[in-house]
Amino acid sequence: MLQYDLVVVGGGPAGMAAALQAKEEGVAKIVILERAESLGGILEQCIHTGFGLHYFGEELSGPEYAGRFIREVQQTDIDVMCDTMVLDISDANVVTAVNKTQGLMQIRATAVVLAMGCRERPRGALSIAGTRPSGIMTAGTAQKYVNIDGYMPGKKVVILGSGDIGLIMARRMTLEGAEVKVVCELMPYSSGLQRNIVQCLEDFNIPLRLSCTVVETHGKERLEGVTIADVDERLQPIPGTEQYIPCDTLMLSVGLIPENELSKGVGVPLDNVTKGPVVDEYRETLHPGIFACGNVLQVHDLVDYVTEESKIAGKGAANYIFGKKKGGAYAATKGVNGVRYIVPQRVNVRGGEKVKLYFRVGQVYRNAKVTVTCNGQTLLSRKRPKLAPGEMENVTLTEEQLAAMNEGDEIVVGIEE
Amino acid sequence: MKRNLVCIACPIGCPIEVELNDAGEVVGVTGNTCPRGEAYARTEVTHPVRSLTTSVKVEGGVHPVVPVKTAAPIPKEKMFDCMQVINAVTLQAPVAIGDVVVKDICGLGVDVVATNND
Repeated sequence: MLQYDLVVVGGGPAGMAAALQAKEEGVAKIVILERAESLGGILEQCIHTGFGLHYFGEELSGPEYAGRFIREVQQTDIDVMCDTMVLDISDANVVTAVNKTQGLMQIRATAVVLAMGCRERPRGALSIAGTRPSGIMTAGTAQKYVNIDGYMPGKKVVILGSGDIGLIMARRMTLEGAEVKVVCELMPYSSGLQRNIVQCLEDFNIPLRLSCTVVETHGKERLEGVTIADVDERLQPIPGTEQYIPCDTLMLSVGLIPENELSKGVGVPLDNVTKGPVVDEYRETLHPGIFACGNVLQVHDLVDYVTEESKIAGKGAANYIFGKKKGGAYAATKGVNGVRYIVPQRVNVRGGEKVKLYFRVGQVYRNAKVTVTCNGQTLLSRKRPKLAPGEMENVTLTEEQLAAMNEGDEIVVGIEE
Repeated sequence: MKRNLVCIACPIGCPIEVELNDAGEVVGVTGNTCPRGEAYARTEVTHPVRSLTTSVKVEGGVHPVVPVKTAAPIPKEKMFDCMQVINAVTLQAPVAIGDVVVKDICGLGVDVVATNND
């Protein structure tokens, strides 16, 4: 059996940052297991710019952002196995993986970092009536066709869902000569970044229809059109508002789901809202020695935050490996009044360090206040001009604020209008 | 005259209000939270620019296309002209990040560079 101090599952931005941080902390034997043929993860197909503004202070494309970490990994003695699929992680942190050259292998790991990313919600997750012709795909699949494989999946496009990938693909398809007829969003607000609505839709006069969905697909071999309709406040289609739009392609950008099959296999408890593992401030799951970071933990809108989070996990894994993990007293975090979730879900109040809490809101707020309370005492109250579901927020608790708490306390984050 | 913009300089997306005088000159910018926002607002109301990212055919490489970008933002209305030029290019592998794919595209004084290796 192979033996490593740290096994990182996934070689995207999360896995690479975690591995590099653990290396910097002095962890000797690290391996990254990657399913694709090379490192980089989903960034390889994200050829638009906007990555790295926070972390590098410059605007990079996805492959450029990934490229910097790939080069760094190559300059270390971190082992990388690509084309390698992890099948199972056991209770004793034994990782079972398979690839073409080594066959089935077992790796005993002191610590494991889960960095498998997320996948797109497919058509099957929506209940759209109609036929099942070709031409219906997720926006990410279309992105791979255009940016990696080099061909156009269609000429007349309707996009359902205004997530960032959908918006980015609206622009990409338009630039390559396709006609994007409309972007339909079920909710009364877009889940994408404001900047993407401006530079991907408004720049090209692509209409964004809010509170609108696709109710039927038409066509036998190839998609010939879709029927769209407005929805009411209960998100149900309003009879009489149906409109037929001829198109040969329907792209879905309707949400991302953390890919936690391996986590479930080892019995790591997941958060019902994030669909990612429940973690502490070092991103350690409730299974000792197993950490999680990046989109497998919570879906991020910015890779810069993935890198930040993954470095924390890498440091946590190193502390665990060196037996430096601090014993502690755990407070739970809880979102109320519009705060849908908080990561981390638990915080060691004896950790002796400040802790950043990341969260998302459930609707759009203007000039609202973010408040943090514990035991009825207000710790923080910050005014924000705008809060939106598409944009992850954070608040920082100081070492002193945490030190004043006890085991079992509840740190409550809420929005006040 | 006032114009309301959403800043696209970074993912925060600050709402910005630009005050223009009768001559169309910028006399005030509010709502931005950083200097990049002010610069964006001033450019956006006078001569809007965008970074262009796309892909170029490559022969003999691992993938059939390699991603490229304009090394600096270009005038917004020139995006489709640039696309035409870029789509006529075929590269020969190997290609490295930073390689110049089209020099001085459309006479704009901006190069198109590769953003991945192939």
